[in-house]
Amino acid sequence: MVTPGAHSAVESMLDVKGLTVRYGAHTALQDVTLQVRPNEIFGIIGPANAGKTSFLRALNRMSDFVSGMQIEGSVHLAGRDIANVRNVYALRRRIGVVFPLPVGLPLSIYDNVALAPRLRGVKSRAELDEIVERCLRRAALWDEVKDRLRNLGSLLSGGQQQRLTIARALSQDPDLLLLDEFSIAVDPVTTMRIEEVLKELRQEMTIVLVTNLVQQARRLADRTAFFLGSRCVEIADTEDLFTGTVKDQRTRDYVEGRYG
Amino acid sequence: MSQDASTRRNAAATEFDRRDSSWWTDRIARTVVFAGGISAIVFIVGILLFIATQGLEFAATRLSWSEFFGSIAWRPNGHPAEYGALALIAGTASTTAIAMVIVVPLSIGAAIYIGEFARGKTREWLKILIELLAAIPSVVWGVIGLHVMGPLMTQAFGVPSGLNLLNAGIILGLMAAPIMTTIAEDALKAVPDTYREAAEALGATKWQVVFRVVLPHARPGLSAAVLLGVGRAFGETIAVLMASGHAINIPHSLFDPVRTLTATIAAELGETAEGDDHYQALFVLGMLLFVITFAINVTADSIVRGIRRKKA
Amino acid sequence: MSAQDSTFLKTEHEEKSLRQQKLVRMFLMFMTAMLVLPVLGILSVIVARGAPGMSLEFLTEPPRANMTAGGISFALIGTVWLTAVALLLALPLGVSAAIYLSEYARDNWLTRLINIAIVNLAGVPSIVHALFGVGAFVHFLHFGKSILAASCTLAVMTLPVVIVATRESLQAVPQPFREACWSLGATRWQTIWRVVLPNSGSGILTGVILCVSRAVGETAPIMFTGAVLYAPFSPEGVFDQSMALSTHLYNVSTQIPNVPPGLPFSVALTLIGVVLAMNATAITFRMRLRGRKKW
Repeated sequence: MVTPGAHSAVESMLDVKGLTVRYGAHTALQDVTLQVRPNEIFGIIGPANAGKTSFLRALNRMSDFVSGMQIEGSVHLAGRDIANVRNVYALRRRIGVVFPLPVGLPLSIYDNVALAPRLRGVKSRAELDEIVERCLRRAALWDEVKDRLRNLGSLLSGGQQQRLTIARALSQDPDLLLLDEFSIAVDPVTTMRIEEVLKELRQEMTIVLVTNLVQQARRLADRTAFFLGSRCVEIADTEDLFTGTVKDQRTRDYVEGRYG
Repeated sequence: MSQDASTRRNAAATEFDRRDSSWWTDRIARTVVFAGGISAIVFIVGILLFIATQGLEFAATRLSWSEFFGSIAWRPNGHPAEYGALALIAGTASTTAIAMVIVVPLSIGAAIYIGEFARGKTREWLKILIELLAAIPSVVWGVIGLHVMGPLMTQAFGVPSGLNLLNAGIILGLMAAPIMTTIAEDALKAVPDTYREAAEALGATKWQVVFRVVLPHARPGLSAAVLLGVGRAFGETIAVLMASGHAINIPHSLFDPVRTLTATIAAELGETAEGDDHYQALFVLGMLLFVITFAINVTADSIVRGIRRKKA
Repeated sequence: MSAQDSTFLKTEHEEKSLRQQKLVRMFLMFMTAMLVLPVLGILSVIVARGAPGMSLEFLTEPPRANMTAGGISFALIGTVWLTAVALLLALPLGVSAAIYLSEYARDNWLTRLINIAIVNLAGVPSIVHALFGVGAFVHFLHFGKSILAASCTLAVMTLPVVIVATRESLQAVPQPFREACWSLGATRWQTIWRVVLPNSGSGILTGVILCVSRAVGETAPIMFTGAVLYAPFSPEGVFDQSMALSTHLYNVSTQIPNVPPGLPFSVALTLIGVVLAMNATAITFRMRLRGRKKW
């Protein structure tokens, strides 16, 4: 088990080298190299089809299950090359994922959050109750659903489903949390609440935040990468990105809203 | 490197490499369902092997192929026994042909009506009726041919026997109709709506759109529908056995009784002993049926798949 | 009338094509009716001629007087045996094949081969299945002419029905559910077991019903593998022979002399009643399923 909080400053949580993702003949991501430090919120911005989602999908080896998806290059998670792990499910249990469109599984709200603990073998009712309540509270959903935990999770509103998927990701107790444009289907108030949650979570885990909102990256991320045309154009401290001390003209244009 | 980092690295390493019970369960489940998937291949190959080998010895040594395909005399109990399948082949071909002449236009017409004209509840009910039509067992169709259509036909046409080519053809046609209608309707549905809209925007009426745009584009799918209907009629057994009159005969009129390949096997298999010439000859007929239906099904299936791929 | 007013009036040509449209519609409707009406007519003939002979005794008493009188109880019991054993064999095989094809298989030559095999299992004539049953189960595996041999033959025949219905209901479960579940660290099997199967149960049930209805109606495959003209008792095990509803109908229609004219229709009415009732159930299931989505 990875001990949260304890880390050395030099080591990277995520070490990606020369990552290329292809779907058949189409190249979605090309030669990306970057490091994410422990307990950092790492933002990724860029226009549609820049390869942001493909990047996240490569990190938890979703490529194993998606036919036609090929990966080149290497990804190390906490120093471990993920390409040769013998139990890919154990790897995925350490990585929480939140999708752009919320996917409430067609199970009860309770079972949605209890699913991950159950998958890793937690059977005790009391323990499950505790995890469900804790995760729903952290995702700022508990008060709204505590009286109807038996209702179907897939029938909640969009904003509630998105917080449900965050609670579900937290129930994995992950080392790494991947968020893919979580605010697309969520109203601004809920977005702000989730952002507050993320700021707290960084005490315990590393977060990679793919976002279509440049300002969201500015509010949350320590460092931000700019993806464009399936390549990583630039990585910089977030503040530098917005104060104009970046090298690449394209990054400056995107941040200032000139295209994308 | 700090102490912390290396401990963490080791912890992660062991965790990611430990294959737990759920990993093994998945592996076992995959093997089991894979066996299930393979079973379909095992069975079809098994059918081919058994049919081929059971009749092989006779087919290779004592069966005269020129007699088999050239003579109309099928007398397995004669002295000497004769195995001319020409009349049986003619019986199968003629019943199937009559069935198709009757039912292809009706099925395609019904498919166009259901797919392009009928709306809402009417359409749902028609589809349900067609599905129920497909569910009527073969032997019930046989009873209809024998006890309803037969007497009706004797009265209407004044022919000596109501059990004849026409009777069997009508029964087979009605039996093949559901699959043809369903597949044909699928083929129409597969034509993109943009084509229809483009034609409608030019001011074409509904039926003009259907006949000038939809039907030409759906042609491969429609031919697959006809093929599957042919396959169905061709392989039908009990119903034709009961409705066709079962006389070895190359038919000259619609009211001649005929005998098909399938019906011959069904009528004679019970009289044979395992391994004798007659038994083996019936397996040779079975092989002929297998090969032809296999060809029909593979062709129709590849057409249907091609359409689906194009659509996707 | 000004030129402007007449713009939206029908021209003579348009009038004509609208008339044509109505005619075409009528014609197509007529063709559809030609397919559907004979069937309704036939069903009513069967009901009209079969209903007088129907009674509780007909269903519960054994045949008498060389099967020209009495009931059909042995045939009904035999059909239940044959169908139940066939389902027991076909269901696990069919469902696992469907799970493999929908959840595990990649788009490669093996998958294509399996699909071709399924299409052909469904398309091979029933009499060829009968030959296979005789060759493989009766003789080669030495089951003899028995319920087991007949049920094995039926199972092979109905396997594609189970596979296709089950695969369809599995594939109706949206892909994002699977990916969400995988990303939680669920194995494929855990995903199937906890998310996919619970949401396709009614679809699988539909497959079961269709499989049973198909097995009940089949005649040729069981005629030479396990069903007999007359058995004076109901079967006690899978190695017994037995009567069956479908072969009984064939026999009273063609083989047995001096059968009262109403008898075949009563048997046919029973058979068709069972089959149509099951199909109607399957259709209702499917409709309710469509109306009550969980997502």
